[in-house]
Amino acid sequence: MTTYDALTTWALIAAIAVPTFLIRFSFIGLLGRVGGVPDWAERALAFVPAAVLAALVIPDIVTVRATVAATIGQEKVIAGLVAAGVAYYTEDVLATIAVGMGVFWAIRFGLPLVI
Amino acid sequence: MERDALVRGLRDVLPILVGIVPFALVAGVAASRAGFTFPQAMGLSVFVFAGASQLAALSLVEGHAAFVAVVATAVAINLRMAMYSASLAPYFEGYAARWRALLAYPLTDQAFALSVATYRESDVDRRWYYFAVAFAIWAVWQVATAAGVLLGAGVPSSWGLGFAVPLVFLALLVPAIEGVPHAAAAVVAAAIAIYGADWPFNAGLLVGALAGITVGLVVAGWRR
Repeated sequence: MTTYDALTTWALIAAIAVPTFLIRFSFIGLLGRVGGVPDWAERALAFVPAAVLAALVIPDIVTVRATVAATIGQEKVIAGLVAAGVAYYTEDVLATIAVGMGVFWAIRFGLPLVI
Repeated sequence: MERDALVRGLRDVLPILVGIVPFALVAGVAASRAGFTFPQAMGLSVFVFAGASQLAALSLVEGHAAFVAVVATAVAINLRMAMYSASLAPYFEGYAARWRALLAYPLTDQAFALSVATYRESDVDRRWYYFAVAFAIWAVWQVATAAGVLLGAGVPSSWGLGFAVPLVFLALLVPAIEGVPHAAAAVVAAAIAIYGADWPFNAGLLVGALAGITVGLVVAGWRR
């Protein structure tokens, strides 16, 4: 458990900002002195978005319950499944947020069918 | 030539600007929910300027994650930009170091994709075209983030507005799953992250991501 005071928050911003700039500047800054991203690194980097985003987002949506039905029946899981469908068909961030929040609010405020 | 490149960049980037507004609003709302003050929220937005990593950091801070876990996750998400830097580098080769640093700072998925696509098909002034695209995205991102911070402070927490954050990530995750190896990487990463949700220092997230990348590489190797 960590709480972030003002100084820690600014240190955190710097600790993310500096490496992020260095990543962006890396090859643009080095010019032609290196040949580009090595082949093995490029293959691994190709999986970074899928792996990191899945590890980040799925635990925020899914809490494992005693049964499959109870796990699927959570408001965030239902809204998340619908939103994933929208993301798949539209690839549109705005549509995904709008439909996902709509379903989430419908369950939370409108339809007390699901616990 | 320079003016033409600026105008063309602004025209080409317009549809992209519409798409980043909701993303930036959510980033602003997430910052206020994570307890960031207005200057801190804008500091994160200006100095880091990488939406997915900002949201990841904010959602971990809200969950009281360890400092190292927040930094490692946010930086890992930004590693992909090394590939963008590599593919833009030949186009920026002749420019002075100061210019190259200025062009590197606002590098985003969108600025990279649009610029490289344009460079390949036409002989535009590269520096000013990219400058217009990248800094237009930057400006819209900052304004919409600021609006999100102010909005987030005024919305009651019972609305569950924080749920918009995982929804944005879902919108990014789904198109990132381009085939079986990517799907395997995502499933393994998610399963370990759920199982390890209570591990200290958010190790479940980092171990899950690394295991996912490994499994993705292995499955891709089988299929070759």
